[in-house]
Amino acid sequence: MADVTLRQVKKSYGNLNILHGIDLDIKSGEFIVFVGPSGCGKSTLLRSIAGLEEITSGELKIAGEVVNDVPPSKRGIAMVFQSYALYPHMTVYDNMAFSMKIGKENKAEIDRRVKQAAEILQLTKYLDRLPKAMSGGQRQRVAIGRAIVRNPKVFLFDEPLSNLDAALRVATRIEIAKLKESMPNTTMIYVTHDQVEAMTLADRIVVLKEGHIEQVGTPMDLYKKPGNLFVAQFIGSPAMNILPATIDKTGNPTVVSHVGGRKASVPIATPASAKGAAVSFGVRPEDLIIASGTDYLFEGTVDYVEQLGEVQLVYVDIGRADLPLVTKLPGNVEVKRGATLRLSADANDLHIFDADGHSFSLRQPEVKAA
Amino acid sequence: MAVATGNSFASRFGVHIAVLIFVAIWTIPTLGILVSSLRDKDQIIASGWWNSFSSSTQTEAGRLPAASMQVEKDGKFVLQGNIFGNSPVRNISAFGVKSAAPTQYPAGTSADLGDGVTLQLNADGSFIMQSPKAFEGDRGQRVYYASSAPPKFTTDNYKTVLFSEGIGRSFMNSLTVTIPATVIPILIAAFAAYALAWMRFPGRALLIAVIIGLLVVPLQMSLIPLLKLYNGVGAFFGMPSKTYLGIWLAHTGFGLPFAIYLLRSYIAGLPREIMESARIDGASDFEIFVKIVLPLSFPVLASFAIFQFLWVWNDLLVAMVFLGTEADQIVLTAKLNALLGSRGGDWEILTTSAFVTIIVPLIVFFSLQRYFVRGLLAGSVKGG
Repeated sequence: MADVTLRQVKKSYGNLNILHGIDLDIKSGEFIVFVGPSGCGKSTLLRSIAGLEEITSGELKIAGEVVNDVPPSKRGIAMVFQSYALYPHMTVYDNMAFSMKIGKENKAEIDRRVKQAAEILQLTKYLDRLPKAMSGGQRQRVAIGRAIVRNPKVFLFDEPLSNLDAALRVATRIEIAKLKESMPNTTMIYVTHDQVEAMTLADRIVVLKEGHIEQVGTPMDLYKKPGNLFVAQFIGSPAMNILPATIDKTGNPTVVSHVGGRKASVPIATPASAKGAAVSFGVRPEDLIIASGTDYLFEGTVDYVEQLGEVQLVYVDIGRADLPLVTKLPGNVEVKRGATLRLSADANDLHIFDADGHSFSLRQPEVKAA
Repeated sequence: MAVATGNSFASRFGVHIAVLIFVAIWTIPTLGILVSSLRDKDQIIASGWWNSFSSSTQTEAGRLPAASMQVEKDGKFVLQGNIFGNSPVRNISAFGVKSAAPTQYPAGTSADLGDGVTLQLNADGSFIMQSPKAFEGDRGQRVYYASSAPPKFTTDNYKTVLFSEGIGRSFMNSLTVTIPATVIPILIAAFAAYALAWMRFPGRALLIAVIIGLLVVPLQMSLIPLLKLYNGVGAFFGMPSKTYLGIWLAHTGFGLPFAIYLLRSYIAGLPREIMESARIDGASDFEIFVKIVLPLSFPVLASFAIFQFLWVWNDLLVAMVFLGTEADQIVLTAKLNALLGSRGGDWEILTTSAFVTIIVPLIVFFSLQRYFVRGLLAGSVKGG
């Protein structure tokens, strides 16, 4: 029941602008993930929504109410911190009951809700423990439990898994996903720099860079149709191969010539004015396959192979030493260093970006209007 | 590898030795004061405290009975008796008749004093003096003897200093000064430290700078102006010039800059997320302070309490200025100083008073020292 709406939200410290006018509509019950490199402002944005930072200008609404000047505790939010931020001198029970005790709820109600949250998170037998007697994963569960008992309209997670080791991270990630399923009406906003968390958890991902929103969309949207070069390279691992190219023929399909003069036909419409323009031609490593016939996209010699077992990352020298082409091939294909490799890709998996880094595929409506 | 372990062993050994030396330097004199304070006052003069568990030998002088006590026996005049009289018998090892050679003759031998006079002093104190001529004079022969006494420990010194020398009263006075002078600055400084660390208000940085600056104001410089100010304000309210309230305020003032400085740096180091979490949980600044910051700051509160307690307890200067020297106001340090003048030679009084003075700091230190080493933060954030 809680939409979160941001209109031209700006945040600056003195002359240093952190957020440059963020516009975002988060629907009630959505799981939104803010992702971006360090320093992109994603944590600041989350803390602004929480009320821990005051926004410099703009408007922030939670559940239809402007909350710019509402203190954090009155915004109907709960937050889980990267460092857990448990109260070290209180037992698990007291940690979870703290907010209700401050709010002067009656004892029976406090007890009921703490027990219920503990039940959901399997913390019942740890209620009398101090945080220091618990493992990292358990501590993070207590932090989540502390958020649950507040019965918030909006859940905020600030990199909650970053302090956990790899195995625990996966387990806790699944727990958070299940928690979201059990609370379909609760809006969740989750900050991470880990694209795997973003892809697996989010209904929609917000990619941020230097205080701007680069793209908002479902995980598959961002993966299949990155709106710009930054998103294209940020989502997916290893990053998308980007090669310089020029447009030979506009319209749909567009024909571009890239490294070595080789041509590729891409089923994306381009405006006639773009003819001869320098563009960026992108293809994901996992979309490249070994070409069987003479119809191939790239030819080069194998420079280096990283065998990961299930897959192998093959670095192919296609005549540009500064731009090795990375491809992800099944682990059981034998690829020798120095061998010549021909690679192709489905035409639908090819991307072209204009000189400003914007994808042509998302510019289509504009083109029609023009 | 072997070299590396050898080095680390050597260096650790060195550290242990150094610690041991420091501990010895610190504890041995303390032990000396304790042992001396429990000894008999005559034995303190006779031997050092490190000899206190063996018999002490002391040289004393006595006088034989006057000539009127002599009896004639076999043509000789004889004086006989026990040199200790009715006092307890000690073990005499040697004796003499000249102060220059007080232990000239071993006990039990017969000493020739010239003119046919012989004197024999036995270990148990019995003596026999014989002379062919009659003894004359009202004053008997002077005799020096070395006697040893078994070690003797007593709590009499404590009874004396506590109840008749006024140390007991001074002890209470010192506590009256010290406890409020420790508690008041902690209360004020904890609030101030939280505000200066976590609350945003204009002029905060300047205020911190001023407080840090106050750390270097010499106490001596401000003592008299402070006293005048206090007296002026006190006169307005009809307060006498030297009161406990005055010294509490003075110690509070002198302790606050350091207290705020110490507490602020600790409280500022508490994890920000904990405060933010509490704010989201709906806690006000006061609730955050009372329920989160105070419990987590216990170690630093304890360390400051130790510092402040010891400093106030051992303070002489401020007490001399702000308190009188009458029995109802004189603190232990001042009393000790006064005793040094009036009872300078009475070691049993001085050592006992000194030990009474250091017993409280010792108790305070040992009961709170674990807070110096223990961190309460374990478990709140990663790695804890």
